[in-house]
Amino acid sequence: MKVLVAIKRVVDYNVKVRANADHSDVDLANVKMSMNPFCEIAVEEAVRLKEKGLVSEIITVTIGSAQAQEQLRTSLALGADRSILVETEQSIEPLAVAKCLKAVCDNENPDLILMGKQAIDGDNNQTGQMLASLLGCAQGTFASEVAVEDGKIAVTREIDGGLQTLKLALPAVVTTDLRLNEPRYASLPNIMKSKQKPLATVTAKELGVDVAARTVLLGVEPPAQRQAGIMVNDVAQLVDKLKNEAKVIS
Amino acid sequence: MSILVVAEHNNQQLNPTTLSALSAAFQLGETVDFLIAGNDCQSVVAQASKIPNVNKVLIADNEVYAHFLAENMAPLIADIAQGYTHILATATTTAKNIMPRVAALLDVQAMSDICAVVSEDTFKRPIYAGNLIATVQSMDAIKVITVRGTAFDAPVEEGGSASIEALDQTHDMAVSSFIDEQLAQSDRPELTAANIIISGGRGMASGDNFDLLYRIADKLGAAVGASRAAVDADFVPNDMQVGQTGKIVAPDLYIAVGISGAIQHLAGMKDSKVIVAINKDEDAPIFSVADYGLVADLFTALPELESKLS
Repeated sequence: MKVLVAIKRVVDYNVKVRANADHSDVDLANVKMSMNPFCEIAVEEAVRLKEKGLVSEIITVTIGSAQAQEQLRTSLALGADRSILVETEQSIEPLAVAKCLKAVCDNENPDLILMGKQAIDGDNNQTGQMLASLLGCAQGTFASEVAVEDGKIAVTREIDGGLQTLKLALPAVVTTDLRLNEPRYASLPNIMKSKQKPLATVTAKELGVDVAARTVLLGVEPPAQRQAGIMVNDVAQLVDKLKNEAKVIS
Repeated sequence: MSILVVAEHNNQQLNPTTLSALSAAFQLGETVDFLIAGNDCQSVVAQASKIPNVNKVLIADNEVYAHFLAENMAPLIADIAQGYTHILATATTTAKNIMPRVAALLDVQAMSDICAVVSEDTFKRPIYAGNLIATVQSMDAIKVITVRGTAFDAPVEEGGSASIEALDQTHDMAVSSFIDEQLAQSDRPELTAANIIISGGRGMASGDNFDLLYRIADKLGAAVGASRAAVDADFVPNDMQVGQTGKIVAPDLYIAVGISGAIQHLAGMKDSKVIVAINKDEDAPIFSVADYGLVADLFTALPELESKLS
C-alpha cells in the first residue's frame, strides 16, 4: 500500500502570534516555524503502518515556499521515503491546496492519504474533506484509530458525543485527531540519513492548478479582552458571590 | 439573499446548536430554507417547521442519509445549492465533516467557524486558536459557511408554520459505511447546551478524582468538562474536552478547577458569562480571565463547595 502524507509548515505552537502594526495581517516576522502538530501525527501514523508491514512507501508532500523543505526533511527523518514540494510564492487557501494535492495524487496514485485535521494557523479544518471531494473518494475525518482490514480501512472518528467507526473503501483520505498516536522524535542518525532521501520540487503552475485566492483578508485584530475579576478568600465567599452578586446559582 | 441552513439532528430531534446557524442566516437575509436530511426523520421536520421565519423546510428522507455520511450528504447539498447565495451549518463535528466537501463540489472556498456576520460577503472568524480574529471577504458566488454555535443566540423555536417540500434525490457513493457509534451516556446536560459547566484539568491528578466534580455538577444541574491536559493524561474521554481542539462553550457559569488556563483552553470557554477559577497556583493564567478566583487546594475546596451547595 502506498501512502501520501500532506503536511504544512506553520508558526510553532508555542509562539504567541500578534497582528502586525497596521492590523492588515498576522505578524510572521522572525517567528519560529514548525510542522503543524496534527501533521506530525499523520506522519507518525504512516510510519507505524509501514512498521507493521502494511505500507510499502510513504511520500510526504507540502504546498508552500522553498523554506517548507525544512518540514519535508523532518518528515523524511521521521521515516518517510521521499518528498514533494509544490512551490508557491504566497500561502494559498484550502481549496487551492486540495487541488494541488489532487494533482499530486493523480500522478502518484496513493491508496491512502493522511493529513492533519486542521492546521493551527488558519484553523480551517477543510483541506482533507476537499481533497476527498475532488478525488471522489471516501473520507475519515478526526481519526483516533485506523485499522487496515481486507483492502478497506476502518476509521474511528472523534465526534461531538463520543466515537464513531466507519469502514472506507480505498483510496481514502484520513485526517488525524490528537489521540491517534504520540509522534516520535527524529533520531540524529535518521536526521543525517534524511538528507540523502529524494525531495522533488514542482510548481503549482506545472501541475496545472489555479491557486488564485477566493477570499480577501480585510484585517486581523486581537479578540476582546476579558477583565480579570476579584479574588475571593474562601469557598463560603465564593458561593455567596455566585448566589447574590452574579446570581448564576440559586 | 437566499439562504440554506443544513440542520443537524439525530433523526428524532434537532440538535439545539443547529439553531445558531439559523440565527446567523436571519442576519444575512429573509429567505431562509432549512434542510433536514436523514432517515425516518419526520419528527425533526415537524419540529423544524414550527420555527418562526423559516421559509421552507426541505426534507430528504432516505436510508443513505441515516448516518449523515459526508460522501452522500455533500452531493445532495451541492445538488440543491444553485438556488442559494449562502449555505450555512453550525460548526459541529458533523458539519465540519460535510461542509468543506460541499464547497469543493461547488468549487468555492469555504468559510469555517464564523463568529460574526459583517455583511453578506464579509465575516469574522477566529484564527490561531482564537488568538486573533480575522475579517474575511468571500468573492465566491455561493458562500459555504460553518457558524460558531456560541457566537449566535438561538432563535425562538415555536410559533411558525413553514411549508414542507420533499426532495427525492438519492446520492449513495457507496464508498463508506457506518459500523458503529459509542456515544457517552449521561444524565447530565450536553456540554454545548449546558447553562453551568464545571471542568477539571491536570490538577485533578486522576480520573477517579473527577467524582468530586460530578457530585457538584449533579447539585447544580451542570455538565462536566475537562482541559486538554486532563484528556491527554487519560483522566477522561476526549468528548469532554473544552478548548480550541475540543468543544467551544459559553455557559452562564463556568467553573475551572485545577486548570492553569492555557490559551488553547481559554479559546474554548472565554465567552462564558461568569468564570470561576479554583487553583492552588496564584499565578495561574486562568485567574486573568476569571470573574471570581479562589486560590485553594481543590481537594479541600471541592468537598466544601459541595456541602455549601446543599
